[in-house]
Amino acid sequence: MPNERTTHEAIAAVWRIEQARIVAGVARMVRDIGLAEELAQDALVAALEHWPGEGVPANPGAWLMTTAKHRALDRLRRDKNLATKLEQIGLDLEAREALVVPDFVDALDAARQDDIGDDLLRLVFTACHPLLSPDARVALTLKLLGGLTTAEIARACLVPEPTIAQRIVRAKRTLAEARVPFEVPRGEDLAPRLTSVLEVVYLIFNEGYTATAGDDWMRPALCDEALRLARILSELAPEEAEVHGLAALLELQASRTAARTDEQGRPVLLADQNRARWDHLLIRRGLAALSRAEQLSATQGQPLGPYTLQAAIAACHARAPKAEATDWAGIAALYDALAQATPSPVVELNRAVAVAMAFGPAAGLAIVDTLVGEPALKNYQWLPAVRGDLLSKLGRADEARDEFLRAAALAKNEREKALLEARAAAAGVH
Amino acid sequence: MRFMIMVRANAQSESGQMPEEALMAAMAAYHEQLARAGVLLDANGLRPSAQGFRVRYHGGTPTLVDGPFAETKELIAGYTLIEARSREEAVEWARRFPAPFGDAVDSEIEVRPLYELDDFAHNEPVRRFKDLEATRR
Repeated sequence: MPNERTTHEAIAAVWRIEQARIVAGVARMVRDIGLAEELAQDALVAALEHWPGEGVPANPGAWLMTTAKHRALDRLRRDKNLATKLEQIGLDLEAREALVVPDFVDALDAARQDDIGDDLLRLVFTACHPLLSPDARVALTLKLLGGLTTAEIARACLVPEPTIAQRIVRAKRTLAEARVPFEVPRGEDLAPRLTSVLEVVYLIFNEGYTATAGDDWMRPALCDEALRLARILSELAPEEAEVHGLAALLELQASRTAARTDEQGRPVLLADQNRARWDHLLIRRGLAALSRAEQLSATQGQPLGPYTLQAAIAACHARAPKAEATDWAGIAALYDALAQATPSPVVELNRAVAVAMAFGPAAGLAIVDTLVGEPALKNYQWLPAVRGDLLSKLGRADEARDEFLRAAALAKNEREKALLEARAAAAGVH
Repeated sequence: MRFMIMVRANAQSESGQMPEEALMAAMAAYHEQLARAGVLLDANGLRPSAQGFRVRYHGGTPTLVDGPFAETKELIAGYTLIEARSREEAVEWARRFPAPFGDAVDSEIEVRPLYELDDFAHNEPVRRFKDLEATRR
């Protein structure tokens, strides 16, 4: 028999793998993700009691699911208030059956294997509900879908643990009080709700990809979680072009992880990255997801969505064997489309960079100059950084140096700051 | 962390005989499960060693040796590449791998973690090796 320590490790691993499905499955019965999580935890406690003595069951996921659903059933039978409340909010037939059919859990599992995906999708949409603040959505998603502990989320998000705990408690209360239905939105509700989900996954990725504070350039665990979520979503909602677009974008961005920092952990700009260190498996996966997104958009007669467009831009870089071979005119055109889909000064700044690369620094600078004074970019270090770069290419060294210094002063982490200060110093040298 | 689940070859896989439909279905279901959990990176079956070849080095000189190769148990018939958060998670996923030649045939899979970037010191030879690696594309 395995010793207790290895059993506990095995239980922890099973839990991480199964937790989201179990919470989702139970939430469909009790229509409250806070309560569902509690009941799922009860099942974990039961596993910790039984498995060390009896061994891990052959199908540990099913064991946990059945145990959690039995707990839910007990709760529904016992708690008449809950049952009444469920009835009031239009409980579906199956959950009502739960109150009367004794062995319905087993029948349910046999009949509803395929519904697990739907339950997970409901859980995703609920955790990412627009009623919640973006911070709360991120925390709840990492907790319920990623199976991360409060401590892990706190460490990854650089926030004290009690803050995260409170954020999650409050989010669950908000959802319960607003009686947010545990369902996948349909019809015209779907598009905005899906946007909210994708936004959360993207936020999680970016939080890991560009640490906005401290001297850590990256927090890889968050990138991994976001990538996992994006991959799961593309299985759960395979007909949604933008889901594949987001997955493609994240795969392609993650493919550069190893090349983004040098030996000392300093950031390396895209043009200077050693492309040999890009992860070609992730590039291949990213390009496949992108072509899926493009095909779906074409079939559905939709223009490419913002994530798909960004993925297409990332793909232009990924396809270039060396920086000089980059299709900058293609990228400029994609930014053009992106600026039309989601107009923003940041997109415009990126378009300026692409235009400068394709048609010369003067053409790029003309666009950048229209952005100077833009309130949204007031504290955005990349505006002066880009302007400095273009000025320096045009031989206007003194102006370039001033811009790099301005950018360095706005930098949000130490390594960016050092990089920009080095550019400023280099700009002054003739 | 990336782990490679490798299926050891046997006489059947070496003969090039395709698995039965039920087994194919079990494999498909397993890989669907991996994909739905966001864990699957890549998976492929390998053709029999009779269609492969080896390059043997003696004193640094390469010599081509055509398959098939006799030591069947040392050969790989297929692989599944997964991304897991820990070794324990990889163990759990590997435990769920269907018996690769069906329940009636004793068989073995082997799981090995891949080196991660951090496992290597950043130095010149490693960088050059990575450069070479990229020419695969």
